[in-house]
Amino acid sequence: MSNSLDSYLVLSGLLFAIGTFGFLARRNAISMLMSIELMLNAVNLTIIAFGAFVKPLHVHASVIALIVIAVAAAEATVGLAIVIAIYRNKKTPLVDEYDSMSQ
Amino acid sequence: MPIGQTLPFTAVRWDDVLFVVLAIMLLGSALLVVTMRDIIRCGLAMIASFASLAGIYVLLGNPLLAATQVLVYIGAISILVLFAIMLTQTKNAPTRLVFQTQAWIGAVAAVVIAAIIAGTVLTTTWPSTGAVAWTATSDIATMLFGQYVLPFEVVSVLLTAAVVGGVLLARREPPADKEDRS
Repeated sequence: MSNSLDSYLVLSGLLFAIGTFGFLARRNAISMLMSIELMLNAVNLTIIAFGAFVKPLHVHASVIALIVIAVAAAEATVGLAIVIAIYRNKKTPLVDEYDSMSQ
Repeated sequence: MPIGQTLPFTAVRWDDVLFVVLAIMLLGSALLVVTMRDIIRCGLAMIASFASLAGIYVLLGNPLLAATQVLVYIGAISILVLFAIMLTQTKNAPTRLVFQTQAWIGAVAAVVIAAIIAGTVLTTTWPSTGAVAWTATSDIATMLFGQYVLPFEVVSVLLTAAVVGGVLLARREPPADKEDRS
């Protein structure tokens, strides 16, 4: 089981689906950002699994995954800063109360 | 005493056992992240899911990525998320309603995505070698600072910009400036 590419890909697909559900369903903005992190992790797992099992991608995949991790860190920084800035104005972290444009 | 390739008295390989345990830990803690009521516990479950993913990277023969996962995700991003949770929590915030009213549509979408991905993966024949290839850290270093040096530099510029942008966005406004600064 641990020697087949399929099991890793299915695992990362399930992780991605869980992240999608969290992003679509949660009300808290920080929960949505955590779900995005889960989805990015799923994508990284796919990249690493392909790198470990497919010969031409062998070392390239690790480099790409490292770059994805760096970009994810940058995204988390800016996303959480935006959430904190909005919280300072609206006094709530719940995204369905950010309805200034519909009033 | 060296440990054999398989579990004692059975033909089950250790790698398979570890894979199943880590996969269950990963999916279970990810489910806890998206369903638990208390958001601080969600953050802690997220750390558990990152840790089990680091274990899976080791199973995939990539120790550098596992170390990076621990350092960057558990060490930096989780702490950042926990700080943001503590900065944005209010006592009177409604904690009863965790999900939006359209959450069931999101659940349906997630199930459809999982089914599509699983179906695609299982019906495609990948050019897989059938065995995990160990990735040496020196190979990654050679490639990162040789062929991929331009993306590396771009990422460093991006990280600098993200740090500056994060500080600028989350900074408290200076209290009661004398001159109008609009």
